Amino acid sequence: MYETYKSVNENPCNMCMPLGGIIAFRGIEKSMVLLHGSQGCATYMRRHIAEHYHEPIDVASSSLNEKGTVYGGEKNLIKALDNVIRVYNPNCIGILTTCLAETIGEDIDRIKSEYKTSRNISIPIITAPTPGYGGTHSEGFVKTSYRIVEELSTDKERHDRINVIVPNISTADLREIKRLLELMKIPYILFPDYSDTLDSPFNFPYKKIPDGGTKISDIMSMGGSIATIEIGINYEETPGKYLQDRFDVPLYKVPIPIGLRNTDAFLKLLKEITGNPIPKSIEMERGRLIDGMIDSHKYNFVGRCTIFGDPEMVYSVFTTCMENGIHPLLIATGSKTQKLKELIASEDNPLNDDITIVDETDFSHILKLSEEKEVNIAIGPSDGKYLTEKGGIPLVRIGFPILDRVGGQRILSVGYTGTLNFLDMITNTLLENKYKTYRKDMYEKYYKAM
Amino acid sequence: MELRLDIPEREKFIKMKGKHHKKEFICNTDSVAGSVSQRACVYSGARVVLNPIEDAVHLVHGPIGCASYTWDIRGSLSSGSELFRNSFSSDLKESDVIFGGEEKLSKCIDEIYEKYKPKLIFVYSTCIAGVIGDDIKAVCKESSKKYNIYVVPVESSGFVGNKAAGYKAACNSLLDLIKEFPVLKKEPLSINYMGDFNLAGEAWIIKGYLNQMGLKVNTIFTGDSNFESLKKATASSLNIVQCAGSMTYLAKKFEETFDIPYMKVSFLGIEDTSNSLRKIAAFFNDKDVMLKTEKLIEEKTKMAKPIIEKYKRYLKGKKAAIFVGGGFKAISLIKQFRELGIDVVVIGTQNGQKDEYEKIEEIADYGTVILDDANPSELEKFMVEKGADILAGGVKERFLSYKMGIAFIDHNHDRKHPLSGYEGAINFAEEVYTTACSPVWKYVKDGVNKCV
Ligand code: SF4
Ligand code: SF4
Repeated sequence: MYETYKSVNENPCNMCMPLGGIIAFRGIEKSMVLLHGSQGCATYMRRHIAEHYHEPIDVASSSLNEKGTVYGGEKNLIKALDNVIRVYNPNCIGILTTCLAETIGEDIDRIKSEYKTSRNISIPIITAPTPGYGGTHSEGFVKTSYRIVEELSTDKERHDRINVIVPNISTADLREIKRLLELMKIPYILFPDYSDTLDSPFNFPYKKIPDGGTKISDIMSMGGSIATIEIGINYEETPGKYLQDRFDVPLYKVPIPIGLRNTDAFLKLLKEITGNPIPKSIEMERGRLIDGMIDSHKYNFVGRCTIFGDPEMVYSVFTTCMENGIHPLLIATGSKTQKLKELIASEDNPLNDDITIVDETDFSHILKLSEEKEVNIAIGPSDGKYLTEKGGIPLVRIGFPILDRVGGQRILSVGYTGTLNFLDMITNTLLENKYKTYRKDMYEKYYKAM
Repeated sequence: MELRLDIPEREKFIKMKGKHHKKEFICNTDSVAGSVSQRACVYSGARVVLNPIEDAVHLVHGPIGCASYTWDIRGSLSSGSELFRNSFSSDLKESDVIFGGEEKLSKCIDEIYEKYKPKLIFVYSTCIAGVIGDDIKAVCKESSKKYNIYVVPVESSGFVGNKAAGYKAACNSLLDLIKEFPVLKKEPLSINYMGDFNLAGEAWIIKGYLNQMGLKVNTIFTGDSNFESLKKATASSLNIVQCAGSMTYLAKKFEETFDIPYMKVSFLGIEDTSNSLRKIAAFFNDKDVMLKTEKLIEEKTKMAKPIIEKYKRYLKGKKAAIFVGGGFKAISLIKQFRELGIDVVVIGTQNGQKDEYEKIEEIADYGTVILDDANPSELEKFMVEKGADILAGGVKERFLSYKMGIAFIDHNHDRKHPLSGYEGAINFAEEVYTTACSPVWKYVKDGVNKCV
């Protein structure tokens, strides 16, 4: 296994915690987020998120200045809360800390409760400690989701719905999961549901907080659901775990349903929990996927790939590549994760044995290893364009962020239909690659060299 | 029209030309907490200024985010090294925050030297580096000595002001660096061009003009510049400053330290470009230069005018809003929109200075709303009330504009076409036309999102 013994990070492969927190909060209906810290962090994250989703992203900041940093930022935070309420009138406010607030040791929970009492505020204000130095955006997403559920899920009255808790996947993926649930006639609570808030239809007049998101009342009753299906298998301290420990809601964890096996597992689970049958139409989708996999298998087999990004996404893309004979040679993530290494090592891997897994890594390493391994396709977020520019490795974009293309927020890859869509993108990239140099290659190989 | 706002404290940052002549108006101060300011931080300002120095390593001393979000996000072009397009970070973790990050920083510099052997490394301070009290200066000094290269600290801790403070920090670092070089003998017809970051090749266009006028450009601050070109700066007889917000300070310092006078110029729009070129030629008071300048202006104007006139026919009478980083840029944009027959009805900046706002008020039409450090909700309110058809702004404003059904001009550092000079004026007109006259607006203006 390859280790990274170095101090400098050259071209980061991850973002920081609060960014993931912002996206999670966007999954609550009529919510607004406030970053406690310096102004710049908020602006940078807004820019990043806005460019991926092509949506206005309003995130407030307590805009800590020098004074606030020396004497504490309480005053700024209170003023910020006042102003957020004045302008946005939200039903829920999320407060995320940045490195700065954590470093100076702000007690946001105390400030928050005093604020709520003194102003007589009844809407939930949810805090989540998310120092950027403490983890990546992936951990920020999970941690914030956990805090939201911990804070809001108080009602344990039983009902007939199931919880479906998602990691940071595309808005199209969220809608696809809902479609599958609806096709199976399963009542559900999907959380955090940012499928509309971060991909909102054009409409007049403009709304400062877009419609959509999981209803607060729904999050409140997650403790009374029949079961929780948690999509994502890399993290332990998850909202689903909380619901299990606190309310005895049975927890089932599955990988992101990309690929045949993962989608099968997801649907099988739904069927087992609810007893509802899988409708014919979904079976047709499955058949179509297999048909497509067969059509493409020979083209796919030449694929030698690097997979990078969020641990959850990386894992499911990895298994999908394995199913299709696309050789995974390098698995990389900016997050620190022992779990991903174990998961991948535990896979029966008939394709190759020189697979390398690196965590807490950067793109300079990913490039170096990819070149050593003669990778011919990379799969991950758009920062991988660096691999294309420097190493000539074509990139199939998936995950977060996708900053240099339109539609990155609605790339569909879950379910049978999504998988096929995603697989076609990979196969076509391999084909394009081949045809680009095919005539020349053959000429060099069999004419000139003979 | 009322200027009532949801956040009363913000009312001091806004006024309307004509109506509020005597009204209190403040700018260049801290953002109001929770107002959703569009501003960035000191580090961001410093990075803007220094980033285009191509063969330098730009190392961000702080937690990873600050470096992640700024990796290769600006469209500065290089004719040489591409080293500047990498994002180096000391990636401070929790333990570094507790025990200090100096040692890690020093190791980072070692590793960078080992791999790239650069002559110049900029080390940017961030909020966290500032708060934990790392002595970046000392580390830089030591590394400089160790490798016999220039490791220059940039005091850009994010919370000690706004972007403008970052410009200043960067200028100080540049000055410190240049002071270490031998001062050269002045060359008569030579110039430094300050405040152009060569976005989409803008500095190349202007450099081309200056060369055609018979002038030699020693150093561009900092578009397409490098370690060697920075050394030549002291040989110039004149500094011209385009992005006034970021570089006037450096120009003043150059005047003090190296006795090189400066003038502010603008190359946005035909009018500004021609005036600026004439002003430069007049400074040198050289017959040949003046003749060449007039010839250039004539030729270029002849080329650009008819194209712009063509677009003007479609654009006349439309209304625009402006929200950009600096005041000087806003002023140029007002003129550029006017060249297209477009009235500007809302003007805001993130970091405009007092004198710039005075100038804006002077040239704006009556009733124009002027705002400092505006937030999305204020932009929305005034664009609706003033009936703006087009907004010129940065990335974050783009999506607000689109969601409101308003055309948009990208005035950010990531743009992919140059907006400077005559060529830029054409591009600008073309972009305004492209966005304002697109057929898509037909579908959004009336009866939105209804099938029948
Ligand atoms: S921590 Fe400071 S320097 Fe870094 S992005 Fe935030 S405001 Fe800017
Ligand atoms: S790493 Fe910390 S300081 Fe940097 S942007 Fe993220 S939260 Fe802000």
